[in-house]
Amino acid sequence: MDFFDRFAIPHPSPAIYASMVAIGLTMIAVLAGLTYFKKWGYLWREWLTTVDHKRIGIMYLISALLMLFRGGVDAIMLRAQLATPDAKLLDAQHYNEIFSTHGVVMILFMAMPFIMALMNFVVPLQIGARDVAFPRLNALSFWLFFMGAMLFNISFVIGGSPDAGWTSYFPLAGNEFSESVGTNYYMIAIQIAGIGTLMTGINFMTTILKMRAPGMTLMKMPMFTWSSLVANVIIVFAFPVLTVALAMGTMDRLFGTNFFTTDNGGMDMLWANLFWVWGHPEVYILILPAFGIYSEIISTFARRNLYGYKSMVFSMVIIAGYSFLVWAHHFFTMGQGALTNSIFSITTMAIAVPTGVKIFNWLFTLWKGKIEITTPMLYAILFIPLFTIGGVTGVMLAMSAADYQYHNTMFLVAHFHNVIIPGVVFAMLAGLTYYWPKMFGFMLNEKLGKWAAWLLSIGFLLAFMPMYITGLDGQARRMYTYSESTGYGPLNMVSFIGALIMAVGFAVIVYNIYYSIRYASRDISADPWDARTLEWATHTPVPEYNFAVVPQVNSIEAYWDSKKKGQVLFKDKYEKIHMPNSSGVPFIMGCIFFAWGFSFVFGLWVPLILTTIGIFVCMALRSFEKDHGHYISVEEVEETETKLRGAK
Amino acid sequence: MKELFPAKQVMGFVFSLILTAVALLVYFMDMSFELGMTVLLVTAFIQAGLQLVVFMHAGESEDKAAIYTNVYYGLFIALVTIFGTLLCMIWGYI
Ligand code: HEM
Ligand SMILES: [Cu+2]
Repeated sequence: MDFFDRFAIPHPSPAIYASMVAIGLTMIAVLAGLTYFKKWGYLWREWLTTVDHKRIGIMYLISALLMLFRGGVDAIMLRAQLATPDAKLLDAQHYNEIFSTHGVVMILFMAMPFIMALMNFVVPLQIGARDVAFPRLNALSFWLFFMGAMLFNISFVIGGSPDAGWTSYFPLAGNEFSESVGTNYYMIAIQIAGIGTLMTGINFMTTILKMRAPGMTLMKMPMFTWSSLVANVIIVFAFPVLTVALAMGTMDRLFGTNFFTTDNGGMDMLWANLFWVWGHPEVYILILPAFGIYSEIISTFARRNLYGYKSMVFSMVIIAGYSFLVWAHHFFTMGQGALTNSIFSITTMAIAVPTGVKIFNWLFTLWKGKIEITTPMLYAILFIPLFTIGGVTGVMLAMSAADYQYHNTMFLVAHFHNVIIPGVVFAMLAGLTYYWPKMFGFMLNEKLGKWAAWLLSIGFLLAFMPMYITGLDGQARRMYTYSESTGYGPLNMVSFIGALIMAVGFAVIVYNIYYSIRYASRDISADPWDARTLEWATHTPVPEYNFAVVPQVNSIEAYWDSKKKGQVLFKDKYEKIHMPNSSGVPFIMGCIFFAWGFSFVFGLWVPLILTTIGIFVCMALRSFEKDHGHYISVEEVEETETKLRGAK
Repeated sequence: MKELFPAKQVMGFVFSLILTAVALLVYFMDMSFELGMTVLLVTAFIQAGLQLVVFMHAGESEDKAAIYTNVYYGLFIALVTIFGTLLCMIWGYI
């Protein structure tokens, strides 16, 4: 029995046991359902083994929405605990576990896959490609992300959650102060997902650089593709730092090394340093694709071309460089001197300039446009003022002397939610609504969509504006409670109400999906928004090969110009099309990685060695495998095209 | 015959052996820590560049521009990270 003791949770509560039962029951229900409806074969053939970028995108999307739900429940619990002074809903340990989980889940397992979802689905279509450069690698990226996320998610029912914050600073995260396996989960689950992300970075960089349709020079790429290119370049250069830092942290915890310990020559501050060397670029990895989505949406619904294309591109390239120069603004208070802090203050403030350039470009695009307020456009219009507040408070935080007052208070919490929610989350929801018809062949309900956007915005303001005030007043972040005499009570109650309104907003989105699945018209055109870029030039549903004929591009808004100026996009005749084969290996490798990670977390060395061998066997098999893909014949292409044209 | 002989590669190979030998001297000779580190760093960077250009054919395809942009960008980030870290962790405290 001793062996199984390690899987017990160190700090249980009835809610955790209830979740355990719920997880068990859900799994049984899913397995039973698949068996009963005989869907195993379908699942395996069409989804688990797919290498199609569109399906991988949809799988990312589903994962992101699930994780949004998980992170959202955590958020409501946190706000409920803080809603009143001296509340007893959660104890200190549970509060720590929940905010740590909330942060990791939202950034790494919600925002990242959401971006990957849109990038996967849209980028190849936008550049007129038939898939990404390395389709099978793309599947592996997804499965590594997914298994990493799942590994992280089971921590609270098997062995215990991480509780040292999403930043997991040492020495708190070291063995001395974090005894449970929670922080092992943090180190290893993020490692697995991070490797997947790094591979995506390489994959998309190659795809965008090498697989654009003829005529699409770099300066004719749509803005979302540009933003994805820049984001992926940052991924390729930032994620290795995380990989190394996590590996060092893992070794400290499991093999007794002393990288981040406080004695034996270790340096705990080095973790904070490495974490933010990755962490700051990471926030730009999140925001740039979001900016790209807004650019597409704003120019579509302002019915004009994007103002200042070149300055948009240029500011993103500048951001890609700058984002690596500012990381120390996350630890101005760690003790380094004024000179160091001043340097990083100045670089941080400088980065607000290209960001501002983009804001003005959107405003100028709107200025001369014939604006049509659809749901995606509503998100974009709400984004501009809300995000600007976050940018301004960011510049306040960037002043190192003043940061001594703001650091690690609710003011900081308000800042980053203020940039991430209107910036990233709204963009993803806008992108979801915008691309939904391309993905699924029907539109989401506009009325419900707008309700959700307004609820989220109002809820957001109520939830986070009070935190600026209580933060300035001295309410520290990550404190599980406060006494009544501090006077924080009423504003925290307002925050809680705001959080509830946001929850209602998300519920409306879920209901909207359900409602639209049932009632929305399936008879829509392939270009329902009257949009401007290539992804709308192909059929809905998008055929496996994306474009029957590779488009020829000679302007930035190739599709718009083909509609309005009679440019011809598709000149050639049908030819047979070469496509990659499906493969089960990425999924199997993902499963082995899951077992590998689990063994690692608990220090089960024998299974760890076996699974490591398994991973190498999979890679070796791939090296020696001869897989030349398959061809779709001209007849088949003709048949599909006729059918899709009939269905519009 | 001359065109078939990979002179560049052979020269590169010899040169990288020499670099390895020089780096090994740090172990076998009694150098100060600073000198040893300098030798290691210099030989390591030349070695990496040599591998990239001679054996990984960095400059020989149409992607030359993209490849070198990436290498320089990576170099820039590496240097910024290293010196920035030194600034934050060590120099900043004096
Ligand atoms: C105008 C541009 C921005 C400036 C000047 C800025 C500045 C700062 C500064 C100085 C801090 C550290 C404050 C402290 O710890 O006391 C900070 C924290 C943070 N910022 Fe920003 N920021 C900007 C934009 C963004 C964007 C676009 C995002 C994300 C999409 C973001 C996400 C974050 C996060 C997640 C944290 C804190 C993480 C933590 O400690 O847990 N920021 N920002
Ligand atoms: Cu930052």
